[in-house]
Amino acid sequence: MIWNKSKECMSRDEMTDLQGKRLHKLVELVYHNVPFYREKMQALDLNPEDIQNIEDIKKLPFTTKQDLRDNYPIGLQAANQSEIVRVHASSGTTGNPTIVGYTRRDLEIWKECSARAFTAYGVTRDDVFSVGYGYGLFTGGLGAHYGVEYVGATVIPTSTGNTDKHLRLLRDLKITGIACTPSYALYLAEAMERNGMSREDISLRVGAFGAEPWTENMREEIEARLGLQAYNLYGLSEIIGPGVSYECQCKNGSHISEDHFYPEIIDPDTLESLPYGTTGELVFTTLTKTGMPLLRYRTKDLTSLINEPCECGRTNVRMTRIIGRSDDMLIIRGINVFPSQVESVILDMPEFEPRYMLVIDRINNLDTLQVQVEVRKDYFSDELGAMLQLRKRLADKLKSVLSISADVRLMEPNSIPRSEGKSVRVIDKRQLK
Amino acid sequence: MTIKQISVFLENKSGRLNEVARVLASNGINMRAFCIAETTDFGLMRLIVEEVDKAVQALRDAGFAVILTDVIAIHCQNQPGALSKILESLAQEQIFIEYMYAFAQSERADVIINPNDREKCLRLLQEKHPDIL
Repeated sequence: MIWNKSKECMSRDEMTDLQGKRLHKLVELVYHNVPFYREKMQALDLNPEDIQNIEDIKKLPFTTKQDLRDNYPIGLQAANQSEIVRVHASSGTTGNPTIVGYTRRDLEIWKECSARAFTAYGVTRDDVFSVGYGYGLFTGGLGAHYGVEYVGATVIPTSTGNTDKHLRLLRDLKITGIACTPSYALYLAEAMERNGMSREDISLRVGAFGAEPWTENMREEIEARLGLQAYNLYGLSEIIGPGVSYECQCKNGSHISEDHFYPEIIDPDTLESLPYGTTGELVFTTLTKTGMPLLRYRTKDLTSLINEPCECGRTNVRMTRIIGRSDDMLIIRGINVFPSQVESVILDMPEFEPRYMLVIDRINNLDTLQVQVEVRKDYFSDELGAMLQLRKRLADKLKSVLSISADVRLMEPNSIPRSEGKSVRVIDKRQLK
Repeated sequence: MTIKQISVFLENKSGRLNEVARVLASNGINMRAFCIAETTDFGLMRLIVEEVDKAVQALRDAGFAVILTDVIAIHCQNQPGALSKILESLAQEQIFIEYMYAFAQSERADVIINPNDREKCLRLLQEKHPDIL
């Protein structure tokens, strides 16, 4: 099933034409409303008139997460505050979150793209759908919610955190669809087995999984254990949220809503554009957003693009699985974590040596984050209670900065490598490739 | 009497305890008593040795986090009720014991105490049980 045939199955010429027109309007918008972009374009001696078709996009400057940080909180907003009807935020690397303001029109676009995704998965008004992403500043919950509701299915806003209740609702409400992180899907399957339930006790038939990288092996395991068809759902809050791209029944790459989000692949080192089929960093331009539109936003996600019509009938460009990041961002339980966030917390506490090690693992299908630190000699205590208190203080601070809990390990002196040279600060034991 | 206790921070991994014993052995230091307090991922080994300074130096040289703490050492009769009498006097004066450990052989039991208020504890013991210090 296709939600919006005229946009999802456009000929390449029509799409290119539409993208060019939208890009021109976008550039006019940001040139006149966002000083950051006007200055960048002036520095490149560019006028909005110089951008007429989609190929001209290569003349435009890139936008990075650092730019969002430098312009915190709303420096890149193009709309007046009175036009903003919703704000979401994603984690920042130094304590400042990234603030994204949405206009009413942005929310309409988001809902449209999210509905395209759920329709591609085969969700209809006859489905009962549980949204198991977190509701709140994170875009996952509300993004999936509005898409499913727009399609006409019954939405159960389960959110995260209460697995027992989730299982009970799955069974009692005969829920047919679920959206959550792939690792949570596996965790649910396990909890189900622990509670003596089997896949015959539930009615799930379709799942939308995203917010963290996953593999074909995980897909097979989720499908077998929950008895459903598992599809990828991709998005990022800087661009809009879930619905930027989505798999169809063919499960061969995620279709990008490229009438709204123009994708490019670049070499992260040289910033050169790379051809279809080549792996590099994914870059998006928000062609239609008006709240916080972005030119050539570097996602840091590594993938490649497929520009061939799909068997499903859609012509939109597809992106292959994310195979990694071009920066050091980690995705743990669906939450973005930068090692520098951990570092800033540790540097703020004189009790600890200024070095650390992060060990990430996936145990019983749930990501775990262990933070190893050394206590400074002067703060070492002979009393267990004092040491445990110190550990708890660090754990609490990490939790407030990272939004996920970390297992803090106090280590013996000099057991963590010094920061000289290129020391490894992160050990990721999850097998995702 | 007040004596120096050595506390060593240990990660919970195999061989660490043996490493402490090995360092002390190779420096010819004899342990008189020790105990271990542990959590799931780390532990504290508390030691009473004969040559404190030498032991601290050797352990620090070997890379251990070591601190010295003043604790109270008492000795009492190795018989039922001996310890209870002492602890009762402490309890009456609202002195709490953070931790303690003991070892007994033949007639005599040696007890290491770390109270919340060491001065007060010592005063009280001197008053009420001068024979045990």
